[in-house]
Amino acid sequence: MSVNFGSKRVVTGAHYGLRDWLAQRVTGGLVALFTFIVLAQVIFSSGPMGYETWAGIFAAQWMKALTFVVFVALAWHVWFGMRDIWMDYVKPAGIRLALHIFTIVWLVACLGWAVQVLWRL
Amino acid sequence: MTELTKKRPEFRNINAFTDLTTYRLPLAGWVSILHRASGGLMFILLPLIVWLFDTSVSSELSFERFSAAFAAGIGFVPGWFFKLVVLAIIWAYLHHLIAGLRHLYMDVAHAVSKEFGKSSAIVTLALSIGLTLVLGAKLFGLY
Repeated sequence: MSVNFGSKRVVTGAHYGLRDWLAQRVTGGLVALFTFIVLAQVIFSSGPMGYETWAGIFAAQWMKALTFVVFVALAWHVWFGMRDIWMDYVKPAGIRLALHIFTIVWLVACLGWAVQVLWRL
Repeated sequence: MTELTKKRPEFRNINAFTDLTTYRLPLAGWVSILHRASGGLMFILLPLIVWLFDTSVSSELSFERFSAAFAAGIGFVPGWFFKLVVLAIIWAYLHHLIAGLRHLYMDVAHAVSKEFGKSSAIVTLALSIGLTLVLGAKLFGLY
């Protein structure tokens, strides 16, 4: 590794240690759990899968709250993953910083849209 | 910290076309790089995924637009291509989910042997590709 302190310090790194590692797994686990909850409701629904049944799954208040939490967890999870990809393949700090900013803007925009859809159900 | 100042050899400028193709990855390596590739793909396609969620749950009318995108296409995109893109999302999600659960299991069970790495990689690839084929056949109306 090249010099990584003083004016050469890499400003677009990860938080080394347990926190990010654990948060990546917890958020991933939440999304996996949510996937199985939605799948179970689809599989055990009666009749053909039309609009009513599908939208009804997300209309229940507990499901709305859970979906909201999972959307936030998912966005956070994607941030870890994309940050790791940029860190592995993009070395110039300026370009990496730009990609980090793009990633955050992209994710927050998609999250806002998804939450808006969820909220008006 | 003094270690950091020592000069270590750096290997850069790997040619993606001439060097990467000579790598012979073990199956666990394929699961690993595909975990990354599937995650990156879903990140790029995230607006489409939110659009699918939006149109499918918002109203009866939007649900019709959702269904029509698969049946008749949307804008200049034909239906079969739309289905193909959604199938790519389905594969990416399945692979990422199963490979992620494999990671979680390895973390919890401390299952870090070479043998388990290989056998669980086979299970991951077989499940994700198998389920993608089954769901793809359903999506394209083969059964």
